[in-house]
Amino acid sequence: MNKNNEDFSNCPLPIDSSSFITLAHGGGGKLTHQLIEKLFRPAFNNSELETQHDGAVINIPSEKLALTTDSYVVRPLIFPGGNIGSLAVNGTVNDLAMCGAQPLYLTAAFILEEGLPMELLWTIVQAMKRSADHAGVKIITGDTKVVDKGKGDGIFINTSGVGVIEHSLKIHPKSIQPGDVVLLSGDIGRHGIAIMAAREGLGFQDQVESDCAAVSHLVQNLINAGIEIHCMRDLTRGGLATALIEMAQTSAVSINIIESEIPVREDVKGACEILGLDPFYVANEGRFVVFVKADHAKYAMEVMRKDELGSQASIIGTVMEAPKETVILKTQIGTSRILDMLSGEQLPRIC
Amino acid sequence: MRIGQVGFGGISKEINLAYVPEAKVGNYVIVHVGFAISILNEEEAHRVFETLHELNAMDNPDLS
Amino acid sequence: MKYVDEYRNSKEAELFANAIRKSTTRPWTLMEICGGQTHSIAKYSLQDLLPETISLLHGPGCPVCVTPINLIDKAVHIAAQPNVIFCSFGDMLRVPGSKENLLTVKSKGGDLRIVYSPLDALKIAQDNPQKEVVFFAIGFETTAPANAMAIYKAKLDDINNISFLVSQVIVPPAIRSILGSSENRVQGFLAAGHVCTVMGYQEYEPISQQYRIPIVVTGFEPLDILQGIYLCVKQLEEGRAEVENQYSRSVRKEGNLSAQKIIQEVFQIVARHWRGIGEIAQSGLGLREAYAQFDAENKFPHEVHSQERSTECISGLVLQGIKKPNECQAFGKSCTPESPLGATMVSTEGACAAYYRYQSV
Ligand code: SF4
Repeated sequence: MNKNNEDFSNCPLPIDSSSFITLAHGGGGKLTHQLIEKLFRPAFNNSELETQHDGAVINIPSEKLALTTDSYVVRPLIFPGGNIGSLAVNGTVNDLAMCGAQPLYLTAAFILEEGLPMELLWTIVQAMKRSADHAGVKIITGDTKVVDKGKGDGIFINTSGVGVIEHSLKIHPKSIQPGDVVLLSGDIGRHGIAIMAAREGLGFQDQVESDCAAVSHLVQNLINAGIEIHCMRDLTRGGLATALIEMAQTSAVSINIIESEIPVREDVKGACEILGLDPFYVANEGRFVVFVKADHAKYAMEVMRKDELGSQASIIGTVMEAPKETVILKTQIGTSRILDMLSGEQLPRIC
Repeated sequence: MRIGQVGFGGISKEINLAYVPEAKVGNYVIVHVGFAISILNEEEAHRVFETLHELNAMDNPDLS
Repeated sequence: MKYVDEYRNSKEAELFANAIRKSTTRPWTLMEICGGQTHSIAKYSLQDLLPETISLLHGPGCPVCVTPINLIDKAVHIAAQPNVIFCSFGDMLRVPGSKENLLTVKSKGGDLRIVYSPLDALKIAQDNPQKEVVFFAIGFETTAPANAMAIYKAKLDDINNISFLVSQVIVPPAIRSILGSSENRVQGFLAAGHVCTVMGYQEYEPISQQYRIPIVVTGFEPLDILQGIYLCVKQLEEGRAEVENQYSRSVRKEGNLSAQKIIQEVFQIVARHWRGIGEIAQSGLGLREAYAQFDAENKFPHEVHSQERSTECISGLVLQGIKKPNECQAFGKSCTPESPLGATMVSTEGACAAYYRYQSV
């Protein structure tokens, strides 16, 4: 977390006058102006934002667009491997990527709670900038509101995104066919454990880092390599199991996966073992599954593995006709069982 | 009360060692709700596999 | 993870399954005591590796499931008090009380904290001297040393703003109660490895002799359970009835003496009510007089009139091995983990929840 503090040394706002967010920062007056001019604009710095208009005007060189929006609330705001800012950018970028789109532009709306340290806001905004640069997107318009102390959890962020679709693939759960092969882009469970460890004060000596990352370039690499992608889904809340079950249900197929092929890091395994959690249901923020035509699977895996983010990509299963709407897991010891959707959040158990 | 770092695969956590006074660095322990309740007996731990291989050898004499 | 992954190996599981198949000539009904074992059996679909002649019943060893509704209602009442921080293991939160569960109290603004160890509750009490901290001290013999230590420390260090809502139960009287029932179907037991790690297994010897029944102290990993079943079947086939120790890497005959000493110091044997089953004499632990000041029931005296919401629920029969979860009318229909009618549908160690979540193909 020291890294984040260092960022603050560059914070351009006069700290002595306003080291915390006050209601006036949302009032539309001088302080609002200062916040935008000194903090947001330099961070997101791009020509669209520079027009200082009520909205952004953009040229889009494609007939097919993808549009998505998502709101981000997370506690703690800063966690190992990321913060609510990187999450808000990567999450929306990934949603676009899952439609097969190349993400281009984001909007960002902030709801700030009175009393939020300016330093923290700066750290978050910097992380947004870094993530946006990394994913090759621009944040081109935004909004800020301030709510009374106690009416928010420090900061809520909404991001919307636009991306272009420049291929003819039909990427949709309905395109999933029996025979398709399922690939997973990397190890699972890190984000959920990172958040839980930071939130519940579990006293782990080692930090598990969130996997929070944009996966759009991995997806573009697959598309550019000519892989016949039938469907993709990023694994967020509810983890791998929930994503697969939802897809099996929408596409009315059976998805058969093999436990021993699913990478789980030793630290995540250990934490799950301590807490009695199943990594299959633990949240991720930088992982996705992709369903491809069977004879493209091997090549797809090679393409993914060429990138660091996909270095642990693996083929985890296949699609079958029946039993419909079902995910079947071949366990480590060779037996099979049905994966079921969880009710609510997993709570640590005791024995 | 004695406290120790216990590694669980890739992660470690402070665990209360009050109930395993003879535990030494490098021992494996069984942990329940924050307490080590026994030191794992490594010799015995292999017994499961020994029995199994004996069983298997009895059934398939030529394989052994 | 060393000493964990080795016991989840498919090749060796298959070898044990073969050995079990070869030594079985007749149908046998076995019961695993512990909720952790029930969870493993369901999670790894172990039943699929066994011949059809072996049937597994799931015992009352899920502490969450057997905690009486009356104590859940008390917990809900206490957790709703202003100035109280209520600490609990995570899986207690969804267990249904007469009207509400602990999660409802949380959503209404109660200060509820999930803790990993009772010592965490003690720390919360030290950090919040102006608050009353209450820990829901549930569990079998396995959890007793941890709970006892927290209570012992509270007294030693004069931490007076903590109290414990105790629902400690013990295994041997429950086994006796099952074996004594006219409806009993159990022919062999897998005793709980961690319970015996603490208590040893001497106490099981007279039970095994009296009822002429094999009792195999068994671990939790798939290979442990398969070996436990194998040893149990072998005894049955050979007409023996003994106590055997499969989990010898952790369990010693006399158990963990220093843990037993603290349990003795803090707790005494009392009658306990088991949810769905009823009162069993001498089946639980209660605080000794010297620790009465830490009893949450004394600190927050409050009468509750508890009543099970559902008459359909047969969780008591499930816990005693008389019925299987899928023999319940409500199973998977009006009773699911989202809206559980009984506690056995809540905890991941409860037989109903394990059956629901981990269906074999
Ligand atoms: S399925 Fe539900 S109603 Fe039936 S016994 Fe289990 S908990 Fe009770």
